This record gives sequence, structure tokens and C-alpha cells, in this order.
Amino acid sequence: MLHRLKEPWTDRRAGLLLGALACSVLAVIVFMLVFIAIKAWPSFANNGLSWFSSKGVVDQQFDAMVNSGLNPSAADYELGAWPLIYATLLTTFFATFFGLIFSLLSAIFIVEFAPERIRRVIVPVVRLLAAVPSVIYGLIGILVLAPFIGNSVITAEQKSSVQFVIPLSGTGLGVAIAVLTVMITPIMIAITVDGLHAIPRAWKEGALALGVNRWRAMWTVTVRAARPAIIAGAVLATARALGEAIMISMVAGSKGFSPNPLDGFVFFFEPVRTMAATVVENAESINAPAMQSSLYALALVLLVGAFFLSLGSWIAKQPLKKYGTRS
Amino acid sequence: MSVPTRPGGTAPPLPPLPLPRSPGGGGRQGRSPKKKRVNESISTWRLTDRIGYVLMWAAGLLLCAIGIGILAYMAFKGVQYLRPQLVLTSPTADVDQSASGGFLDPLLGTILITLIGIVIATPIAIGAATWIVEYGRPTWLARLIDSGIEIIAGTPDIVIALFGLVLFQQGIFGWMSFTAAGGAVFGRSFLTAGAMMSLIALPMVFAATREGLQSIPIHIREASYALGKTKAATIRRVLLPSVKANISTGAALGMGRIAGDTAIIVVLLGASLTLDPEGDVPGLNVLKGTGSTLTSYVYNNSPAGEGNAPQKAYAAAFVLLLIVLALNFAVDLIARSGAKTGLETSRLGAR
Repeated sequence: MLHRLKEPWTDRRAGLLLGALACSVLAVIVFMLVFIAIKAWPSFANNGLSWFSSKGVVDQQFDAMVNSGLNPSAADYELGAWPLIYATLLTTFFATFFGLIFSLLSAIFIVEFAPERIRRVIVPVVRLLAAVPSVIYGLIGILVLAPFIGNSVITAEQKSSVQFVIPLSGTGLGVAIAVLTVMITPIMIAITVDGLHAIPRAWKEGALALGVNRWRAMWTVTVRAARPAIIAGAVLATARALGEAIMISMVAGSKGFSPNPLDGFVFFFEPVRTMAATVVENAESINAPAMQSSLYALALVLLVGAFFLSLGSWIAKQPLKKYGTRS
Repeated sequence: MSVPTRPGGTAPPLPPLPLPRSPGGGGRQGRSPKKKRVNESISTWRLTDRIGYVLMWAAGLLLCAIGIGILAYMAFKGVQYLRPQLVLTSPTADVDQSASGGFLDPLLGTILITLIGIVIATPIAIGAATWIVEYGRPTWLARLIDSGIEIIAGTPDIVIALFGLVLFQQGIFGWMSFTAAGGAVFGRSFLTAGAMMSLIALPMVFAATREGLQSIPIHIREASYALGKTKAATIRRVLLPSVKANISTGAALGMGRIAGDTAIIVVLLGASLTLDPEGDVPGLNVLKGTGSTLTSYVYNNSPAGEGNAPQKAYAAAFVLLLIVLALNFAVDLIARSGAKTGLETSRLGAR
């Protein structure tokens, strides 16, 4: 049989082999979903829909899970993950919101208005920002931004106004949003730039010929036509923001706390912990079964969320295809 | 010759429209004549337009400032704290920071994990991309795999890490990591972490390869068939060699992503500072063992981790940044010819 392997490959065999490699990707996704769902099941089964609600202090619940030993009772699984979900939604929403404005303006600048000399700087800068590992963003956030905010921005009376609820130290929602915005901006810029380039130039030139200025032609014609790409970029960046674990766990203060919008501006200084950050911080104590199941439940929620965002970005990109672009 | 495209190599992909813009980013001069300055004054614009215009300039300059600021700050801190003996000594657990050693082992760990990840990812990605472009039947399966890879690209790394943990704690993967006396598999080792890292790199190699294959004109394949080559031989002898540059681009990007990933390391590589071999087969014992990488070293030495030695964290982060930037620079060198704007989404890892 061995000598047959030395013969040149037939098309059929090559096709089957390559097809098998390609299908292994699907197998990985299926396995991922199944394994994580199996591990997550006890947590959902013991909590029901109240898993998504807020009940008690979430950090105490995690402590109880770690201490529950190898044979946890049903009560040990008790978890109300709302503070973590709320923190994830807050960071993701604000980062995407600010990132969308920032990246749209930057993309217009890069495509249309930037002088050649600045463009030669800004393009490598965007690629640099995309390449910097998240742990370095986290390091800068925790060693530069957080002390700055803790010492100079938060006033003493702001600290004392909430001191019985939560101590403020500088790490918190605001720093997390700021760093996360910088992290997800490059992706949005890249996709938006692609989209703006894909719009036929004649459309904008038509507007220019009618006498509007360059900004208005860009804004009302090209940007409007590139809306699908902008939305697709935002959705993809949302998925990035949703899953960011390391940076958030470093700069967001790491407390299972729900910031209260009624606190006014202090809202942005209050510490949070997102779902992904919770998983990465508690990875050490994953051997306690109750803890393990809860962490896998968080991962399952993230996985399903990311799945739908991938789907959303694919759907959002469809209208662009009619202009004959490939991306 | 009625076919205008040059044979061999990658034909330039047709831009949607001939854009009369000067080349961005690449720094190549002389292709287009000097742009005529339009004598415009924004003072005649409407107020809303002027506000938008000013905001746009502000955003662009702020972006430059952030990027240059981060780079300059890391370089400053790196030069300040990086000492040769930091790179050359192994870390030891010690409360006294002057005695806790350097980060030789994390550096080796980063190199090792990057190699394992890319070695696993590249063949699968090339195979999948080749199959989708060259075979791709049935169509629904090809589409499914295409979107499957998009889903993997969008999956948070922490989810991939947890998946790796449960997968490699199954009994049949016992050979990849430490197995306790009772048969419980530890699941954490260089092999398991590298295998999961390959999922991070896979979408990039895949996208780059597919893009390259799609841009090869059909008559190249037809010429090969006309010489009596089979499809398999065409792929191996003609198509894959001509997308070598694309594959290297994707691989370099993927390696950058692997080297910078932290969550998978924290969950899947165990928590030992030094390379901690497991078993007695030379070579395999390191792969089966646990360790750390630069990312986990930075994480542990930041105020958020147990070590809390910011100076070492800065030094290690600087080395890590250098590695990642070197890989990105390699991408530039390889792909210099193909870039239109320098901001192609596939080069930012955004699919």
C-alpha cells in the first residue's frame, strides 16, 4: 500500500484531503459549542432564567462557589450574572459609540482630506494601533491613565460622595471605555476606508459638479453610500470589544459592581468587571465544579453573542456587493 | 498576444475604478503627477460643514498623537528599564524585585508558542483556502466553511481558551499534557496552548491565501492543464508557489497575533514562571510542560497581577512590542507590491 502514496496525487484524492482539512474548521466550531454548552449546563439548570438577573453580590457568590468543594449542592450554583452582563454592555456600547464617531471622521480624513505628508504618518499609526497586544494597552491603562484619573481627575468630594457604596481608585468604567475605544478603532477605520474606496468616484464628482463643497459631497454622497461598510465595521468592532478580557481585567477595577447612572459623572469612575474579564481572572479556581460551570456559562453567552455579531456583520455587508467590491 | 495581463506572478487585482490619487503609505513617488492644489477656503462653507471639517482634522491628528504617544512612551520606558541581564536570566519567585530574575523563559515561551501555533495553523488554512477556491463543490459547504472561519475569527480568545481547557482534559489528549496518577488530565501545556493559538492565526492565513488564489487569472490554470498537468499538480506546482508571498504575509500577521495573545496563555499554559518540562522524552517534555510567555509575564507583573513589578513589566512589554512590530514590518517587506492603501482589512486581521 505504501508505494501508492508515492504516486502523484489524483485530483479526487487531493480534493478529498483538502476538503477534509476545510471541514475540520466546522468540526472545531461544533465541538466548541457542544463542549462549552455541556459544561455550562449545570449553572443554567440550577438558576433558570434568574441567571441573567441581579441577585445578591456577585463576587460573594463566586467566593461561595470556590469554597463549595468538589461536590457542590444546588444552592452553591446560585449566580445572578446581571452586574457582569451590564458591565459588558456598558463598555461595549460606549466604546463602539465613541469608536464609531472617531473612526468615521478619521477614515474620511485618510481617504479624502489628509495631505500626503500626514497620510504617510497616519496609515502606519493605524496599523500600529491594530498590532499592539491587548496586554500592553492594559499596562498603559493601569500604569498611566488610571493613576492620572485617580489622582487628578476625581475630586475628593466625588470620592466621599460614594465612599459607602464603592471606593474609587481611578481604575473603572471610564478608563476601560477609553482604552477599548482606541483598541477597536483600527478595525473600524480599515473597514470604513475600504468601503469609502469602493464607492464610485463619479458619484461624488457629480455632487461636486453641482457646486457643493468637498466636505458636503463626501458626507452626503460617499459616506451615505458606504453606510453598509461602516455598520459592518462597527458590528465587527463590537464583537472585539465584547470579548476583550485581559485589558478590561487590568483597567476596569475588577469588582462585580453595577455603576449607577444616577451618580452623575462619577458613573464613569466606578469599577466594573465584564464577563470576559471575570473568566480570565477566575481561571485559577476553575477546578471547583460550581465555579467551572459558571465560567463556562459566561463563555457560552460570549460565544453566542459573538456568533450573532459575526452574522450581523455579514448581513450588513451584503448591500456593498452590488458595487462590485470583494470585501 | 491579445491577453494584456502579464503571465506569472499575481496579476494586479482590478481596482473598482482608476482612482487618480497619489499612492498612500508606500512612499512611492512619481506614479501620478503632482496633485493640483484646489484653492479652497472653508470660510464660505456652511457652519455645520465647517464644524465637521474641523472635527475630522482633530480626529485625524488625535489618532496620530495616540499612536505616536504609545510608541514613544513604550520606547522611553523600555530603554529606561531594559537591561541585558533581564533578557538573559530566568525568572525566580522572590518578593525582592532585584532578585526575581529576568524574562528569558517567557521570551523562549513566546517564541515556542508562536512556532507551535503557526505550524499547526498554516497547513489547515492553506488546505481550506485552496479547497474553497479550487474545488468549492458543493457550494453550500464552501459557503458554510467560509462563514465558519469568519465565526472563528470573531470568537473571543477567552472562549477559545476555555474550549481548549475542556477539550484537552479529555482522556485521549492525555499525551499532550501532564496526567495525574488518578488519570485526571491537566490539560495545560505548550502543546495545548499552541493548538488553541492556531485558531487565532488560522483566519489570517486563510484570508491571505484565499485572496492570493482568487487574484490568479484563470488562464494560468488553463495553461497548466494544457500541458497535461492534473489539477492536483497544478495546485502544487503552479498555484501555491505563486501565492507564497500571500501565505507569508498571513503567517506573519498570525504570528503577531499569537505572540500578543494573553487570555489563552493565562488559562492554558499553567502558571509556572519558568519552562517546566514534563516527562522524560527530550524535546517532547518541554512541549508537554507548562511555562509562561511575555504576555503572561507582563500581565503578572502589572499591578493587576501577583508580581507587581512595573519596571519589569515595562521592559518585557517593550520586548513584546518589538517582536510584534518586527512581524508587522516583515508583512510590509513581503507585501510591498500588492498594497493599495496599506489599510487593507486583511492586513489588520479584521477579515
